[in-house]
Amino acid sequence: MKRCLAAVSLAAVAATAALAQEGDDTPASVEARHGIMENFSFNLSTLGAMAKGEVAYDAAMAQAAADRLVILSDLNQDGYWPEGTSSDEVEASRALPAIWENMDDFRSAFGDLHEAALTMQGVAGDGQEAIGAEMRALGQSCGGCHDDYRMSDD
Amino acid sequence: MRGLLLSLAVLAAAGCGAAWWLTRPQPIEAAAIRGMTGDAARGGDLFTVAGCASCHVAPDAEEGEGDPVLAGGQAFETQFGTFHAPNISSGPAGIGEWSDAELVSAMARGVAAGGAHLYPALPYTSYENADLQDLVDIAAHLRTLPGSDAASRPNELSFPYNIRRGLGAWKRIYAGRGWVLQDPADPGIARGRYLVEALAHCGQCHTPRTALGGMDRDRWLQGAENPDGDGRIPGIAPGQLDWSDGDIAAYLTTGLTPDYDSAGGNMVSVIENLSTLPDADIEAIVAYLRAIPAADGG
Repeated sequence: MKRCLAAVSLAAVAATAALAQEGDDTPASVEARHGIMENFSFNLSTLGAMAKGEVAYDAAMAQAAADRLVILSDLNQDGYWPEGTSSDEVEASRALPAIWENMDDFRSAFGDLHEAALTMQGVAGDGQEAIGAEMRALGQSCGGCHDDYRMSDD
Repeated sequence: MRGLLLSLAVLAAAGCGAAWWLTRPQPIEAAAIRGMTGDAARGGDLFTVAGCASCHVAPDAEEGEGDPVLAGGQAFETQFGTFHAPNISSGPAGIGEWSDAELVSAMARGVAAGGAHLYPALPYTSYENADLQDLVDIAAHLRTLPGSDAASRPNELSFPYNIRRGLGAWKRIYAGRGWVLQDPADPGIARGRYLVEALAHCGQCHTPRTALGGMDRDRWLQGAENPDGDGRIPGIAPGQLDWSDGDIAAYLTTGLTPDYDSAGGNMVSVIENLSTLPDADIEAIVAYLRAIPAADGG
């Protein structure tokens, strides 16, 4: 019994570590950034599942998700990206040092994401096909940063 | 003794002559494309799927809506040295003075105008399976793009890889191999094969390479070191990619994984390019990925 509990708690620790790779010494700004990204992913999953037809289209849920993506992509980024929080300096961070060398370009990519979110907000109430068509631009706008500014995950 | 030396010399000369013959560049002859007229508009669509701009646009160029300037300059660091994508813009510093046959030879045979071997950083081991008419169309499109005076940067390769003639021997092993998937079961799979194996040259990153830098076709699309040195390119053969057909199609057009993470690195521009394809082509790619040999243990 004891051994089993120990194994389970070890597994839980390992799972948590694998999930976020965050530790006690992870800067709060890095954790906050990850939180924002998780929220992007969560709201994209709501829209994406409807677009794919995995769940029934629900206008209110789609609108709520799109509205939140608009807010998330409009967050003032001041303070989220302090020096010393790149993937070279923080174990849990996948933010490449290139961000700090190209901060203007990096931040302008958030603007592109915001534009795509606004478009989705405008069509989210129009049915499965409408959001399906807009998922391309919205999903691809994530690549505006993830091409040059995010470390590979393995 | 003298006779022996003489016959040795004759043998050596014959051997060198044979090696010289075997490693000779073999361009596409003008006769092979005679009568073909390039359709620049169609070539533009093919150019996008083939991802030409992803490597040949200058690394510091602003991403914009206008026509890409194929000034070259992107660097590719490998174990053999650093390759630099050349200027292939329409000006005289690019391919402005190349004939259609010379352009098609570069894409399909890795032979430059003037007859020198090109290094396989240019994925001619994929493009060689493309229809000649498609390559003629791409050539026509290249001529419509802006010119640039930028000089192509020479490659920085270590000995013996800096000897271009050696590529003739390399090509004997790794070029001219034809399709990986033989006898596709239906037209959809055949179309997917054309896109994956030829135009979109997916195997160039997703297939591991041998010590000599050729694609290891026995482990087709089974994942490889990232040539950029950042992580691994995932295996996408059956048994490795456990996504549904709809998930793969959605990823190829939105860049979003089934977990709603997003594509990163070089795959971002690949998706930008592939998402221009009609839905039927995306489905064909999915069908093809289901039809190729599974990874061991998969």
